[in-house]
Amino acid sequence: MRRWLVLFPAWVWLLGFVAAPTVILLGIALGSSAEGVPPFRWPIGPGFAWQGGFGNFATLFEDEFYRDSLWRAVRLAASTAALTLLLGFPMAFAIARARSGWRAPLLALVLLPFWTGFLLRMGAFIGLLRDQGLVNAALIGLGFIQEPLQLLYTEGAMLAGMVHAYLPFAVLPLYATLSRLDPMLEQAAADLGAGPVAAFLTVTLPLALPGVVAAFLLVFIPAAGEFVIPELLGPSDALPVGRVLWQEFFQNRDWPMAAALAIALLALLIVPIRLFQRTS
Amino acid sequence: MAPLLLEVRGLSRRFGAAVALAPLDLAIEAGEFFALLGGSGSGKSTLLRLIAGLEAPDGGSLLLEGRDITRDPPWARPIHMMFQSYALFPHMSVAENIGYGLRRAGVRGAEQARRIDEVLALVRLKGFGARRPHQISGGQKQRVALARSLVMRPKLLLLDEPLAALDAGLREQTGFELRALQRATGAAFVMVTHDQGEALALADRIAVLEGGRLMQVGAPADVYARPASAFVARFLGAANVVEAAHLSLSPAEPGAAAYALRPERIRLTPNGATTGANAIAGHVRDVAFRGDATLFVVALDGGGELRVMVPADDPMPIMGERVALAWDADDLVPLAA
Amino acid sequence: MRRVRLVPCLLAAGLVFLWAPVLLLVGFAFSADRIPFQWGGFSLRWFTTLAANERLIEAAWLSLRVAAGAATLATLIGGVAGFALARWGAFRGRALFGALIGATLVLPEVVTGLAMLLLFVTLEAAIGWPAGRGALTVLLAHATLGAAYVAVVVQARLAGNERMLEEAAMDLGAGPAAAFRTITLPLMAPALAAGWLLAFTLSFDDLVIASFVSGPAGTTLPVLVFSALRLGLTPEINALGAIILALAALCVGLAVLLMRARWLEGGGEGG
Repeated sequence: MRRWLVLFPAWVWLLGFVAAPTVILLGIALGSSAEGVPPFRWPIGPGFAWQGGFGNFATLFEDEFYRDSLWRAVRLAASTAALTLLLGFPMAFAIARARSGWRAPLLALVLLPFWTGFLLRMGAFIGLLRDQGLVNAALIGLGFIQEPLQLLYTEGAMLAGMVHAYLPFAVLPLYATLSRLDPMLEQAAADLGAGPVAAFLTVTLPLALPGVVAAFLLVFIPAAGEFVIPELLGPSDALPVGRVLWQEFFQNRDWPMAAALAIALLALLIVPIRLFQRTS
Repeated sequence: MAPLLLEVRGLSRRFGAAVALAPLDLAIEAGEFFALLGGSGSGKSTLLRLIAGLEAPDGGSLLLEGRDITRDPPWARPIHMMFQSYALFPHMSVAENIGYGLRRAGVRGAEQARRIDEVLALVRLKGFGARRPHQISGGQKQRVALARSLVMRPKLLLLDEPLAALDAGLREQTGFELRALQRATGAAFVMVTHDQGEALALADRIAVLEGGRLMQVGAPADVYARPASAFVARFLGAANVVEAAHLSLSPAEPGAAAYALRPERIRLTPNGATTGANAIAGHVRDVAFRGDATLFVVALDGGGELRVMVPADDPMPIMGERVALAWDADDLVPLAA
Repeated sequence: MRRVRLVPCLLAAGLVFLWAPVLLLVGFAFSADRIPFQWGGFSLRWFTTLAANERLIEAAWLSLRVAAGAATLATLIGGVAGFALARWGAFRGRALFGALIGATLVLPEVVTGLAMLLLFVTLEAAIGWPAGRGALTVLLAHATLGAAYVAVVVQARLAGNERMLEEAAMDLGAGPAAAFRTITLPLMAPALAAGWLLAFTLSFDDLVIASFVSGPAGTTLPVLVFSALRLGLTPEINALGAIILALAALCVGLAVLLMRARWLEGGGEGG
């Protein structure tokens, strides 16, 4: 009873600010947009008359633009996660195998950019990659090219920004797994005739697999809803669902459609999220 | 006999479907050193936690000097416990750790400082009061944990595996110190241990537990010499447990299906012949040099084997050699199943 | 042998990739040139311009207040929630309680932002509170996100063997309240502090949720910086980056000191 009282505010908070918004989101996705403030009609009208429907979801499946936005989000999230792993795994491995006094500072170096302001880091990429930016200036100065390359507002710039933003999320779980692995296991494998590559493939990698899966999902889940990086660094036709949702909401003021897109994104992520919660 | 301090009456505890402690009776006398001996899952730790009040029993009662304390919360019991990995508060100095219980009891200022100093001297840690737990060695931590309980002047001190976390080299000496502290304070100590050597060496009385049941209670020498069951004999580890069928017994020993026979009580004669009852023949299967004596494992002709301890000066057989074994009828201890 | 050399090289490359943009941003903040990332000699002129930019100062001040408020609220709620999850075993509704906290952690920002906005709009229509959108709604949304993170940090901190320390305290005469005050709370303190800092950072750095739930009256620093960045980088933003990096370094230094607090190391003893 006393416990209930202590936990009561937390319950009210969670039900009010986590559960309720999700229910409302679903409700409005079933409603329709309308002139006025706020610019939508509830699916249940005055006198409990049903005036909602699955029209938004139907549009979502029929209209290639929306369907593609979901597919683009999956592609963007998957390639971001794959690239982050490719870079993050050797980094985590090197830190886990570094001398004990080096591990904490190296890990801090990887995690610290997280605290330096995400938008400012994206700003730095703009400064580096734009036509008169530092990278083009360097390439011209070294005589590799005469004319500046289009670097900013490309898929490449977008991916670079994504990897930069999400790299710490991948290194942390990978490090957690790899640092628990006994280096003696590799020595035992070597003693039994496995070369370094064979030892890595047959011993280290299988044992690190849970960490790899966790890292992939930890990047994939937030990356699938990303809006800022495609907006700031990507080409104007790179429209993953996060950016489309944003446009529906802020430019078209179609709140029910934005809500339907949010629900679709959630449905898309439900499997990775369940998988992630199982592994962690 | 010393006056009764703690009476355990039909105390039981189950976790879900698992019986941690079957209804159990036990009496602890004032000022004695009592050991609860058993393997993991024997119920010894559950019993200790029930006495401390950290678990609630499903049935039965606890009487401290005749007063029912079964329903008292842990903080209201004049019983204190030394935790297995010491549970020293990491955010307090040694002195603050020791003074914790005194502060809860309202002992403050100079009186508190005096009692802390007194008990620090008792455990030979004078001058360590300002250190933090992570700045002292394992053996010192153990003594701080002991001091933290002893400063409360408990009539009954519970010790959960007090020596288990120490290096092997430190264990024997610390055991003697524990014994000396127990005599000096006059408190009754109830120690939980899985190490039969520790229990036999330190305790006035031991209780052997298995599967939540009490198997045998008694003075170490008695339990060692006269184990009541095959389990106790095996757990104490010293004696051979032999089935009656493997021994050529005189018909004067009816009833028991198995007997305990201690290795040092068996006489071994290389190439000897067996005569009459309480003797048997076999051949040497294994030899282990033990310094003051040598241990032989003898495979018996009739099946089974016996471990035999031969003093260093006696003639020694070699591997595979035939030997005759003999013992006095008194040394065969009949065992309950 | 080859791998031994290749792996540290990749680590170095990764660190350069992580740090080069940040350090260049800070370095060029001291350049006099009007074009960002172009060296025109050492100058502090952009810091002066920054100091004179009232809209930016106002947004920064608002962000600081919102972040501090949200972090404090998050620490109160998340601290209790994390304690309950770590200590109370299977209390009634635990599965739902944990799921709601877990959901907060994994929902994409755009979804959280939109859902929060819809909640506030609905609430305002139904009960008239919160009236309009601004600093308060941003604070409430950020506190919700922060509370989930604090709960996880606190739960992880208490998941160790400290249950035994509370038992030891009770055995020495402390009732549940005294044991909580003298043992549990001091042990939770570093987690609460770390959780507060994390919640503060999340709030101070958040653009997406703030964009949804802030009205014109609630322009936080990231919202302002984002609208500027859409048009391109300016040297003022470089200067802002330098200041924020300095502040972040200060905060992280503080956090490291807190985590290094000597008795934390002793906390891992036994098992």
